[in-house]
Parts: sequence; structure tokens; C-alpha cells
Amino acid sequence: MAETVASRLSATGTANALELRGVSRHFGALVALADISMTVRPGERRAVLGSNGAGKTTLFNCITGDFAPTTGTIRLFGEDVTAFPPYERIRRGLRRTYQISLLFTGLSVLDNVYLACRGVSRGRFSLIRPRRNDALLQSAHDLVDAVHLTPVRDTLVANLSYGQQRQLEIALALAGAPRFILFDEPAAGLSPTERRELIDILTGLPEHIGYMIIEHDMDVALRVAERVTMMHNGRIFKEGAPREIEEDPEVQELYLGGGHGGH
Amino acid sequence: MAVIEEAAPRAVRWWDVSRIPVQYYVLGVILLILPAISGDFVLRQIFSWAMILGMISLSLMFLAGYGNMVSLVQMTVAGVAAYMVAIFGTSAIDTISFGWPWWVAAPLAVLVAVVFGTLSGALAVRTEGIYTIMITLAIAAAMFYLVRQNYTLFNGFSGLNQVRAPVFLGVDWRAPVPFYYLTLVWAVLAYFAVVYVSRSPFGLALQGVRDNARRMAALGFNVTAHRITAYAFSSLIAGIAGVLLVWLNGQVSPGTIAVGPAIDILIIAVVGGLAHPIGPFLGAILYVLLRTFALDVLVAFGLGGERFQLLIGLGFLVIVFFSSDGILGLWRRYRERARRDPVTGEARDG
Repeated sequence: MAETVASRLSATGTANALELRGVSRHFGALVALADISMTVRPGERRAVLGSNGAGKTTLFNCITGDFAPTTGTIRLFGEDVTAFPPYERIRRGLRRTYQISLLFTGLSVLDNVYLACRGVSRGRFSLIRPRRNDALLQSAHDLVDAVHLTPVRDTLVANLSYGQQRQLEIALALAGAPRFILFDEPAAGLSPTERRELIDILTGLPEHIGYMIIEHDMDVALRVAERVTMMHNGRIFKEGAPREIEEDPEVQELYLGGGHGGH
Repeated sequence: MAVIEEAAPRAVRWWDVSRIPVQYYVLGVILLILPAISGDFVLRQIFSWAMILGMISLSLMFLAGYGNMVSLVQMTVAGVAAYMVAIFGTSAIDTISFGWPWWVAAPLAVLVAVVFGTLSGALAVRTEGIYTIMITLAIAAAMFYLVRQNYTLFNGFSGLNQVRAPVFLGVDWRAPVPFYYLTLVWAVLAYFAVVYVSRSPFGLALQGVRDNARRMAALGFNVTAHRITAYAFSSLIAGIAGVLLVWLNGQVSPGTIAVGPAIDILIIAVVGGLAHPIGPFLGAILYVLLRTFALDVLVAFGLGGERFQLLIGLGFLVIVFFSSDGILGLWRRYRERARRDPVTGEARDG
């Protein structure tokens, strides 16, 4: 027991935020992920690029535990979480957003955010209604405010616009004390204005919060990330600084569609 | 539809009675003075029975409405409590009954029912939709055959009879009026417990699981544990109703927990409406009225009285046909139409 505590403590200090070793995932005969190894430092902001079917979302699903990898180990802040259910990983500071919003459409905006705050704190089974000055309720209010949703706070999520749902999706990932967040195409379908707001939110996150972002829009991806991982056919194809990746001829051939080169 | 109460213009206290909607006062007064204006038969066989069935259906409404878990095991949970009251307490079969006092037998019976319901839930929660229905139906059927074939504990086909509600505080709770108030108190408690819990962190989380179980796991919730806990809570309500049921009928037999009654509970909840805890009680009163008077109506029209099930079925068919969300849905649509301006079709205030 003491050993676990000690390793947990050291984990928070120096260990990598995320460490994948030989992670692969098969769906029957289909190899969605093949032997992925990668390391993300604490506080690092990483973009994951790749065409459709490159395995980006599968990678996220393995990291959050939505499904187990076929082989390999996943370490979160130094701790081996490969066999952990999703909620145990979330309670250790991992968060994620979904490509297609997964929200609680039958509840209000505030209730959605309140649930997110409650999920990473104690009293999940409490039968006592929160008081008006409840600390969690207060932080839920603050989060709603932070993503500019206060005017629709009491609206049922089913009645929100697409852009508002995307913002709420992000608010849910920011609840509690996140340490590492996985953003799955947060900018998809947003208007140019909403995109700018999103970039502001991402770049404005506290320094100790690292994240990994899947993004098709190169402008967004290269602006919010310090390092880029290119994926192709379930493998890591290239990894490097945004500029290197952008200028890499192989990457341009594969992903940027060589033809438009030279911008 | 502000669900978590937010800052109101002035401080509102929970004891501030002016916050209570007027409908509650009207209904409350009617229910309280009912014994003065109705006979024993109506009190026992209509209202007490309807409130007990309403509680069992309420336990289903909690699971189905807030958790999207359609359980057919709720009548069985109530039946387990009913059997346990007869076994732990006193009945005509004194070779089986332990003869313990009611204040031991009744709470213990509820406890056994909660354990039974929680275990059933633990089996059922890993499935979704139609498979949950099938598993809970299988448990209900298995329990029915167990009590029918087991004579050492459940006295088989004939069950246990002469189970009496206790005499306590100088009141014979078996008499129609005290028993009516007893069921009223428990039904009201169960109703407000569900209303209150639905807005608690646990109830909210259950609704989150209903809307999106995968996201709940990604927010740090143990979805399976929440679902099982919901079964435990609903079993508490069904168990209390089961104790009242055996006191009302004076007996419990395999017929009490047969597949037919189990499905009746589902019908009551669906016909009443799964959107709000009042729905099951509306469904239950309709069901009991049809059960009680369908026979007379048929005979009055010169038809065979044994066809009363036909009339019940038709009644439910009509309601579900016009409103897929039950009586509650009918009421809601009527209110929306009443609020609409007849000329422009626009919603009016107030």
C-alpha cells in the first residue's frame, strides 16, 4: 500500500503525463492501431493529425479506457492504467471531449456541468440536494460562464445550437482539476468566430494542463500545439515541431495533398 | 425548467408554504377528508389498493423514467416483502411462520426485498433495452415457480393466509380508515422521496446515465454502481408497498407475483406516464377503477361478466393510442392547447 502511495506521489511530480508502449487495437481482422509508442510531458500540448481512419479516435478511446488495447501498456502520470475502467482514469486527472457531442440532452446546461464537477469529486451517490451556496454548484456556474453559456444556463441541452453544444462539450472536460485533456476535433463544424473563441480557450488554459488535440484544420492545430504527431493507417508516421511537420515533404504528399504546397 | 434551484429574488425557505402549488392543497385536502365521504369498500378496495399499486409502479417509474431501465421484477420485489412479512410474522400456517412481532417482521421483510431487488438489478444492469426486460421477466417467472413449488417455506400453491396488519398504539390498522391513512402516508412519502431524489446528485447522475452512459463514465462516474443503487432505492419503495399489500389482502400466494401482475405494473406505469412520479398513481387509480367496475359495466350491457379483462385492455389501448406518454401526456397537451391563443396559435403567457 505504502509503495503505491509513494509511486503515486512521485507520479504527480516528475512522470510523463502520458506514456504509451506498444499499444495496438484490433477489431477482428482490422488493425486500427498498430504498435503505438509515444510520450507526452506534463503540460505539453500535442496535436494528432492524420486522415480519416488513421486511428486517431481509436487512440483516444484506448487512452480513456472506452475500450481496452489489444496489446501494450498505457501509463498516466507514471501509473499503469491499462486495466483501469474509464472512471478511474478520469478521477486521476484525465479528461476528454467527443467528436460527436455526447451530452445529457434531457438535462439543462447547468445540470450537465454540475454532473461533470460531481463526477470528479466525492458524494456522487449523495441523496441530499445541493444547497444554493454549494461549492460544486458554484464551480459549475463559473465553468458555464467561462464557456460563455450563462444566457442559456437553464436551457435543456437538446434545445442548444450546434456551436453551443460544442462549447458545453469543452466545459465538461474542464470540470474539476484536469491535468491532461483529450480534445477530439473540437473545432469541427464551428463558425470562424467560434473557432477563434476555441483557440482562445485552448491557449488560455493554465500551463500545467496538458492536452492532446485531434484537429483537421491545420490552422487551428498548428496554433494550439507545440508538438505534432502524424498518424497514418494506425501507425505513427512522423512526430515533431509544427513547423517541421508542416514543411516535411512526405507529410505534404500524404496529408496536405502535395498539389497545394508552397504557402 | 430550472432543475437545481437558483438564486431567487428573495430568500426562499423550504417551510414557506406559499411556494406549494395550489393543486397540492386541493389534492391533499381531498385525500385527507376522503374517509368522511366514502365507504369502507371504496377506501380499501379502490384507494388503498390503488396507492399500493401506485407505489410499486412508482418504483418502476423511477428506474424507467430516470434510468431508462424497464424492470419487470418490481412486483416480485413487493411479493418477496409480502411473503417475508407472512413468514417472519404470523399467518394461519404456523408451521412456517416464525411468529415474530410486526416491528421485527416488517422492517426485516423490506430489507430482504431490498437485497433481492438489488441482486436482481446487479444481474440486469449489464444489459440494455429489451434484454433488461427479458432478464427481469425471467427472474420474476423463476420466483413465481419457486414459491408455487416450494412447500417448506412458501406453502406452495395456496400461499400464506390470515396475515393481519398489527394493532399498534391502540389502533387496529387493519380497519379500513386507519389502513387508508397508513397507505396514504407511505404513498406520499414515497412520492416526495422520488421527487426529491430526482434532483439530488444521485438522481441527476442517474438521468445522466440514462441520457449517455458512456459520457458519464468519461466524467468519472461508475455507471454500473449507479444503476445497481437505483435498483436498491426502487426496491425500498416496492418492498414497503409489498408489506402494505399483504396487510391489505391478508394473504399472499403465487398468484400475487405471477407474470400477469408483473406486467400489470408495467401497464400502470406506462398508462399513467413515466415522465413524472405522479403518473404511476394516476395509472393505478385508473387500473383499479377498471378492475373493480368493468364487470358491472359489462353485465349492464348484457355481456358476460367474465370478459372484464377485455374492457381493461381496451381502456388502456385507447389511452396509449391517443397519448404515447400516458395520462400525463394527455394532460400536458391539454394545458399547452389551453395556453395557446385560439386565433393566432401563439403561446400566451400565464
